[in-house]
Amino acid sequence: MTTLKKFSRQQLFLPIVCVLLVLAVNIVYDVANGDVFYNFFKISMTNGIFQGRLVNILNRGSEVAILAIGMTLVVSASAGTDISVGSVMSLCASFCCMLIAGFGVSSVDSVTPASLALGFAGAILMGCLCGAFNGALVSYLGIQPMVATLILWSAARAIGLLLCNNLIVYVRVPEYGVLGGYLFGIPTPLIVVIVCVLITTLLLKYTALGLYIQSVGINKRASRIAGLNSKRIIFLCYLVCGLCAAIAGLVASSRITSADSNNIGLNMELDAILAVALGGNALSGGKFNLAGSIIGAYTIQAITTTMYNLGVSTEVTPVFKAVVVIIIVAIQAPPVKAWFNKRSAAKAAAKKEVAKV
Amino acid sequence: MTFPGVKALDGVDLTLRKGEIHALMGENGAGKSTLIKCLTGINDFEAGEIRIDGIDGPVKNHSTLDAQKVGISTVYQEVNLCPNLSVAENLYIGREPKTFIGTIDRKKMYRKAEELVKRLEIDVDVYQNLENYSLAIQQMIAIARAVDMDCKVLILDEPTSSLDDVEVDKLFVMMNQLKQNGVSIVFVTHFLEQVYAVCDRITVLRNGTFVGEYPVDELPRVKLVAAMMGKDFDDLASIKPEGFDTLKDAPMQIEAQGLSHKGTIKPFDLNLRKGEVIGLTGLLGSGRSELARVIYGADKAQTGTLKVAGKEAKINQPIDAMQMGMGLLPDDRKAEGIIGDLSVRENIILALQAKRGMFHLIPRAQQDKMADHYIKMLQIKTASRETPIKQLSGGNQQKVILGRWLATDPDFLILDEPTRGIDVGTKTEIQKLIIHLAQEGKSIMFISSEIEEMLRTCNRMAVLRDGAKVGELEGELTQERVMSAIAGGFDE
Repeated sequence: MTTLKKFSRQQLFLPIVCVLLVLAVNIVYDVANGDVFYNFFKISMTNGIFQGRLVNILNRGSEVAILAIGMTLVVSASAGTDISVGSVMSLCASFCCMLIAGFGVSSVDSVTPASLALGFAGAILMGCLCGAFNGALVSYLGIQPMVATLILWSAARAIGLLLCNNLIVYVRVPEYGVLGGYLFGIPTPLIVVIVCVLITTLLLKYTALGLYIQSVGINKRASRIAGLNSKRIIFLCYLVCGLCAAIAGLVASSRITSADSNNIGLNMELDAILAVALGGNALSGGKFNLAGSIIGAYTIQAITTTMYNLGVSTEVTPVFKAVVVIIIVAIQAPPVKAWFNKRSAAKAAAKKEVAKV
Repeated sequence: MTFPGVKALDGVDLTLRKGEIHALMGENGAGKSTLIKCLTGINDFEAGEIRIDGIDGPVKNHSTLDAQKVGISTVYQEVNLCPNLSVAENLYIGREPKTFIGTIDRKKMYRKAEELVKRLEIDVDVYQNLENYSLAIQQMIAIARAVDMDCKVLILDEPTSSLDDVEVDKLFVMMNQLKQNGVSIVFVTHFLEQVYAVCDRITVLRNGTFVGEYPVDELPRVKLVAAMMGKDFDDLASIKPEGFDTLKDAPMQIEAQGLSHKGTIKPFDLNLRKGEVIGLTGLLGSGRSELARVIYGADKAQTGTLKVAGKEAKINQPIDAMQMGMGLLPDDRKAEGIIGDLSVRENIILALQAKRGMFHLIPRAQQDKMADHYIKMLQIKTASRETPIKQLSGGNQQKVILGRWLATDPDFLILDEPTRGIDVGTKTEIQKLIIHLAQEGKSIMFISSEIEEMLRTCNRMAVLRDGAKVGELEGELTQERVMSAIAGGFDE
């Protein structure tokens, strides 16, 4: 087998091909418009900040990428999805701003480091709490993941609104905007993603967490007999997913230096689930590939950005996005893959025949 | 047909006459299952052809549905039905009787199902969910389903491995009845005596190649085994070493008092010394597996106390038992044994890793070494240690799970049907391994449907009946003594 062929069997092959396809569309469009072909990759420096379309995608796709980490683990261990993450993002953002501003205050002009720390810690704790709630329902009570997380999907956003006394709380201070802004010219959200991915990767590499999660996801009963505490592992995955939602919520809130309960993380759970699927991970649980999910998350953002770039109006963007997603998911579907494999095998056989003659 | 890295079948012939029972024999990985899968269209084959009487030209099936259309039905080694549907629904799934508006005619379906189970003398309520019945009954339902589809060729892939003797006899009656009606049956089994009980001819495979086709009368048992293994096998009678039975003063490993689990096993007492092998015997469904599961914590004990090596043990779940040095090889390999998508290596290290805890990952080099060690020791046939376990044949999967438990170095190992679906040669190896472990001072609980096999390895036997432990047999163990004890009378 040649190296290329070997690579084409890897799980990451198709997700990467998808990203390249999106890039190709951009390049063709740019060239057709008389731009240089590397226009897409051009990174410029203005006011000490890196800018360009690529940077924009890496920046804007961060929240979904962070959510995708937790979602990947949840999907793998429980063969279900956590649909509450978008709402939990909003709740955590609201809780954070409420802690910083105080209940009922709609705007603050200055913050102390202590109040910032309190807000962040509170948000993280709230995220973990939500994750624990979901996890307990799914693992200890055995409720279907979709139903269990439906509770917070509808409730969390409303609770956030209550905490903010039905107001949009503004924390318009530069300190609060750092997480959603720039650090050393690089978008901070990107740095957050890198740190989160790094920590998760190290955990998977140097502990048996990955083995445990996959084992439970594939065969819960056999895993229990082999000494794994299946329930605790599933619980842990939902907890991590809640934590990721809190981090994503803080990033989203920091971008707009406020807590807009109604809009933060809206429909983002669907993008997160899609990211996992685009990464070539089976939604039926079991084996997973974290890198695939992260690539999936940025693919979604790349599609969105490309749409804007092509001048597709924002109202119809979802339609085009849907078409692209259908194509990408269909390419990865087992029957289509099998068809491709069969065809290439037939071709190889035909070649052999010719060689014989 | 080739599996990754292994050629699974190479130039195999199988000729099946109308109205005969044809045994397909061979060791694990000989290619029996693969041949069947080629016949039924689950696997594609690269060379050769299938011809069926009454059909012009070669037949090529692309799915089991295709196969059923040309009259080939199959019942597999592991039951492939839906446990959460009723018996009748399982019997007619995919071919439900329809009403004139196209909905399922449930009344008719249940009536037909009742007729069918009555005709085949299976004692079930067709309205009940399948999961309420034992594995044996589920197997019989699967056969009933296959029989009911007007088939010319019925393939039975180890249908008897989870049936007790009475049920096996019933099945044989059923098979002979079908044979009279002109159905050709391919019968795959590891039980030699069953081959001689019902079969007309035998085809033997070895390592994916064709060895030969023989009428039953011309191939005595010894020659059959020789043909399957390619060599003569050890004298089975003499694997117990001298003085193996005297262990009166060894310290106690397990002392169970009044343990029970509601609905599966009534309160029982059981003691086991270090270095002792105890066999659990009884009819299928008598509570053999259930007794073991309560000790191990797979089903939590609701009453009673358990002492392990003299110390009181509180066991809520399997990991607690493992920390006390126990291990359990479950009988339902597919549901409770293998982690299908994970590799052979990961399956082997899993239990040890669970015992060490999440933060003490076994270094990769050590994992590889362990996997290689057990692949070699248990002669597991796999393309590599990174092959997903689901691609291995049934017997080899079982060996991997056995390796998983040996890797944890247990003091007390429960083996529930460890030799099911495993070939004769390896069976002996596993029996020898049990004796060897016992000599190292480990205690073994051995559960098997084959009494002979337990006679060869056990010091003592506990007898179960109807979910209760009814007695123990010590001293000289013979087949007659065990049988009569199971049947209800202790002869001393």
